[in-house]
Amino acid sequence: MDFTLRKEHEMARSLFREFAEKEVKPLAQEVDETEEFPRETARKMAKNGFLGIPVPKEYGGQGCDPLTYVMCVEELSKVCGTTGVIVSAHTSLCCDPIQTFGTEEQKQKYLVPLAKGEKLGAFGLTEPGAGTDAQGQQTKAVADGDDYIINGSKIFITNGKEADVYVIFAVTGTIEKRGRKIKEITSFIVEKGTPGFTFGTKEKKMGIRGSSTYELIFTDCRVPKENMLGKLGQGFKIAMHTLDGGRIGIAAQALGIAEGALERTIAYTKERKQFGKPIAALQNTQFQLADMATKVEAAQLLVYKAAMAKATKKEYGFEAAQAKLYAAEVAMEVTTKAVQLHGGYGYTREYDVERMMRDAKITEIYEGTSEVQRMVISAALLK
Amino acid sequence: MKVVVCIKQVPDTKGGVKFNPDGTLDRAAMMTIMNPDDKAGVEAALRLKDQYGAEVTVVTMGLPKAEDVLREAMAMGADKGVLVTDRVLGGADTWATSQTLAGALRNMEYDLIITGRQAIDGDTAQVGPQISEHLNIPVISYAQNLKIEGDSVIVERQYDDRYHVLKAKMPCLITALAELNEPRYMTPGGIFDACKAELTVWGRADLKDVEDSNLGLKGSPTQIAKASDKVRKGAGEKVALDPAEAVDYIVGKLKEKHVI
Repeated sequence: MDFTLRKEHEMARSLFREFAEKEVKPLAQEVDETEEFPRETARKMAKNGFLGIPVPKEYGGQGCDPLTYVMCVEELSKVCGTTGVIVSAHTSLCCDPIQTFGTEEQKQKYLVPLAKGEKLGAFGLTEPGAGTDAQGQQTKAVADGDDYIINGSKIFITNGKEADVYVIFAVTGTIEKRGRKIKEITSFIVEKGTPGFTFGTKEKKMGIRGSSTYELIFTDCRVPKENMLGKLGQGFKIAMHTLDGGRIGIAAQALGIAEGALERTIAYTKERKQFGKPIAALQNTQFQLADMATKVEAAQLLVYKAAMAKATKKEYGFEAAQAKLYAAEVAMEVTTKAVQLHGGYGYTREYDVERMMRDAKITEIYEGTSEVQRMVISAALLK
Repeated sequence: MKVVVCIKQVPDTKGGVKFNPDGTLDRAAMMTIMNPDDKAGVEAALRLKDQYGAEVTVVTMGLPKAEDVLREAMAMGADKGVLVTDRVLGGADTWATSQTLAGALRNMEYDLIITGRQAIDGDTAQVGPQISEHLNIPVISYAQNLKIEGDSVIVERQYDDRYHVLKAKMPCLITALAELNEPRYMTPGGIFDACKAELTVWGRADLKDVEDSNLGLKGSPTQIAKASDKVRKGAGEKVALDPAEAVDYIVGKLKEKHVI
């Protein structure tokens, strides 16, 4: 077993790192303070192919593998969690389901401009009453001639108001499964500007504050039948499959945040002097750093393993759940320790670790909470 | 239109400098990057590709690991890469390097050759102009801007507080300044393609019309007496005196140090 990266992955990492340092890092604090979506950065990422990394070239993508995509999210998140999730939500939650379940026409019409970065994507599953319980959907889609008419709302949608193409889930009826009546859920591709599709409130968040998190409102929104993604009633399967991939992206975001916090803490503890010497000379600091670095390394191995599983296996939900669970909890732990090692300064907005600790928390919540990941992992163990 | 860009892998100055016992750089032991002026040259060539559909070939002389800079240039968009590597070429100074590259270029078709102004490891700015001499083509150095007009190239040549506008008929060679442009990033897909691409690898035997006596350490007129890393100097001394007193003060100091 060889853990050495291939040449192309090493080069890709150096590309993402250079881009993150030059283009993203200088704006990270401002993006957090102003809560403004970094449009110029998104434009530059589009120009450089970062918005279609794992999409095949014939659909406008870069033709790389999931590991390369994961490294991109990781390196961006190392300096700015907001920028990391823009790429992750776009790629994993919008490009991927269209690539996997879309018709050739849908791929040509939507995937190509998404992968080229001409359009930005988003994913709408969560509702006020349907978070972890995705079956609690209230949004409805009713067939009417050649269209479906969608009514309802979605909340906490990443890339919310900035996106152009949305993968949306709605209840299209009821079906019987093992003697029980359950909701039949179907997914649709909805374009921004479709009459009846508007935006509600913008969320004011603890972290990833530059990310555009909005409520989507559908009022008699007419979507042509050819925009149904997958088959009628296949929505729940599409959502779960999509989230398996999305979790790898969020795991990469969490990993990047943890790595960023560790890097800054190593640098800070070498500079900060107390009792006449750098605090890095104190054994408590050394042991804390050793634990942080070891956990970050373990998280990276799980995240990369999940990315490789996505490249080679049909089912990778187990690996994705483990990667996300562990990386997210490591991100929270490492950023908290990073703030502690920075002392009072770490609690101020002058230091990046303060932002990183706030950004880390969401990785334990969205695209499946840590509790959901434990359910997925234990269900696989006990089946 | 065919453009060949000569690029060099140089030590990343952030990583520290290491030397061989003979005073030459121990390139194998150092972190490396593409020389910044050369990268501007690659970008200039790629803009000609974008604008006129030029075919861009990058060529480098160096250790086998110098292929990294070729692949980087190809990941930015260059079409082909040529690596000139051979043990007998090692330890070359600017003369032997330009002879080697000219020997390689004689095998290639080109309308325009672009080199960086100078490499950050040697800082000589000699190799580009020397290549043009060996190939008997015009050279315009220190290009801060360039455009193509018919079969000629029009270049703004940086010159102290002004610039000269020069026109040369192709084929010709220009040396590029880092200020020429902002090089593009590689793309992820470009990286994957570049890593799969086949490079052309040439050794001594592939060089055309070059004497052995002009190659490698033996063919290098420059002999390095001693090389060392940057020596840290003290903080220095600052004094505020009127001009007449200052002259006396400086002369006194120079005498004290036995400089005069």
